Amino acid sequence: MKADPRGVLTGVHFLDGDHACCEGALAAGARFASGYPITPSTEIVERFAARVPTVGGTFIQMEDELAASITLQGAVWGGAKAFTVTSGPGFSLMMEHIGYAAMTETPCVFVDVQRGGPSTGLPTLPAQADMMQARWGSHGDYEIIALCPNSPQECFDLTIKAFNLAEEYRVPVMFMMDEVVGHMTEKVVIPPADQIEVVPRRHTRKPLGEYLPYQTNGDMVPEIAHAGEGYKFHITGLTHDERGYPNMTPPVQDKLVRRLQNKIRNAADRIALYEEENLQDAEVVVVSYGITSRVAQRAIEMARAKKLPVGKLRLITAWPFPETKIRELSAYVKAFVVPELNLGQMVHEVERAAAGKARTFAVPHAGGSVHHPEDILKVIVEACR
Amino acid sequence: MSDFTNPVEPFLRTDRMPHIWCPGCGIGTTVNCFARALIESKIDLESLALVSGIGCTGRVAGYVKLDSFHTTHGRAIPFATGLKLANPKLNVVVYSGDGDLSAIGGNHLIHAARRNIDLKVICVNNLIYAMTGGQTAPTTPSHAITSTSPYGTCEPAFNLPHLVEAAGAVYVARWTTFHVRQLARSIAEAFNKKGFSFIEVISPCPTLYQRRNKLGDGLDTMKYYKEKSKVKHGAPTSEVGLTMTGEIIVGKFVDRDRPDYQTMVRAQLTESLGDRFVEQAEMVCS
Repeated sequence: MKADPRGVLTGVHFLDGDHACCEGALAAGARFASGYPITPSTEIVERFAARVPTVGGTFIQMEDELAASITLQGAVWGGAKAFTVTSGPGFSLMMEHIGYAAMTETPCVFVDVQRGGPSTGLPTLPAQADMMQARWGSHGDYEIIALCPNSPQECFDLTIKAFNLAEEYRVPVMFMMDEVVGHMTEKVVIPPADQIEVVPRRHTRKPLGEYLPYQTNGDMVPEIAHAGEGYKFHITGLTHDERGYPNMTPPVQDKLVRRLQNKIRNAADRIALYEEENLQDAEVVVVSYGITSRVAQRAIEMARAKKLPVGKLRLITAWPFPETKIRELSAYVKAFVVPELNLGQMVHEVERAAAGKARTFAVPHAGGSVHHPEDILKVIVEACR
Repeated sequence: MSDFTNPVEPFLRTDRMPHIWCPGCGIGTTVNCFARALIESKIDLESLALVSGIGCTGRVAGYVKLDSFHTTHGRAIPFATGLKLANPKLNVVVYSGDGDLSAIGGNHLIHAARRNIDLKVICVNNLIYAMTGGQTAPTTPSHAITSTSPYGTCEPAFNLPHLVEAAGAVYVARWTTFHVRQLARSIAEAFNKKGFSFIEVISPCPTLYQRRNKLGDGLDTMKYYKEKSKVKHGAPTSEVGLTMTGEIIVGKFVDRDRPDYQTMVRAQLTESLGDRFVEQAEMVCS
């Protein structure tokens, strides 16, 4: 289905990543956001608060992130496409409801504009240190999807993608920006609405009385109904059966939690998005994402100018981790170089997927600024030896 | 259906019975009153949604045959807020316990009252955390013995009607589970009210609260409620605090009018944006 033109600001713009993310959400059909102010993410909802009353929708600033992260889910069950935005300290508070969204299969988007941590950390300076939290932060076994834009244009394009994936898989999608991507201003092209593909909600067509909220009919993803439509369904964060009724027995737990995992894991290759360059003749591959991928680009160019056999793999999907791609590459490359604005997070995934077939070099950075290309280059040179 | 069908049965998920509540617990009584209020006020059940938090009362959502949401601990009100804002045609009821609503959810309670979100909140107050084994709650009367205050609690208890009135609720009432007709009437009244309504129901937990404090069983508690309750409509909420064995002031304390959140938002946006303001359409994105 095509985007609702009312939400699409077609044209060529000069926008920062935060504002582009907001426009992406509007283009994707988001008409509800609940938020709590936190730097460097607030500009997204500031813009949404100004824009959404002119396209028909709601923004509410809640009393804290605990509230913001569940209010949007109430809105989803009321029929809206909804999201919230935050940064590290708020993201920590939202973990409770990322688990709730995963368990109840509430399609929604959590935007995390990452800053340095732990705790209050670096409010206005970048990091990429919430990557593992995005995957594992809530308790229990579950899967999420996480995307990492590296430009304002991608903040627009991939926010739409994030909403689409949320609807397709009925899963909370983490939109993992960082302070630099959020605050950098670049050209953003917003296409006409009829060129924007939007995934509709998997709404049930079953007649009243026949609908079971978590019946999957062989598919991995159940159909949804909204409150007020007469279905009189029950939703709970407790372990539940196909009727949505609590059933706290090992077999029901096993069936439910495995499905929540497998609906994403089995689709990992389909969900995986990445950008590659010069991988055919590469002996060393730089794996990066978000703002670091742009510094890595420079380092790769410097290395290739030195005739070093370096290729690029930019992760757009961080979770589910595109391990098939890493596994394929590790069959013929010598090493991976993984720069990231943390002291080692996604590098462990690369190492795991490479399974000892290729060496893995981290290029850690505690955050607060981006890498110097020379620091990445130095590790590339070492990896090529 | 046989002639012996209980009139509240159509409101219940009978396929989930028996329920988990203990003998002598008052939560089932409140659900009965709630169902009777629905019958009395002829509410359209298809546009009624019920949201609960966590705890013994949190399980109400699982037993009513409505669109019902069992959310996370303390967050029933913000969930209900999103539901109501996305679909203003819904009648949204929050049904939860004292610990859920006033401790872990206390921040949401006061802010929803301040905003005057159009929600009907039914707070079953059994004076402790019952689901987890009878720990001290913000509502536990001073000196009461609980599993986490084995020598008696020394904290002063929350006076919930006073709290929500101060925060801005437009309708505040309190009953006990002895007052079944009055409670049903209050719930029906709240349905006719636009804005944040709060009904506190004092309810026994014979298993954990009454037993530990040597206050007898469920029946003894009913006798206590009967003898020590005093109906005082319009009583100043500052004077309705509870003690362990003292008087229980019940009645309708607050019934006032002020614009609810969505009315205020619409007025503000119409004034500021004029023709540029677009009414929220049906959000259903199927």
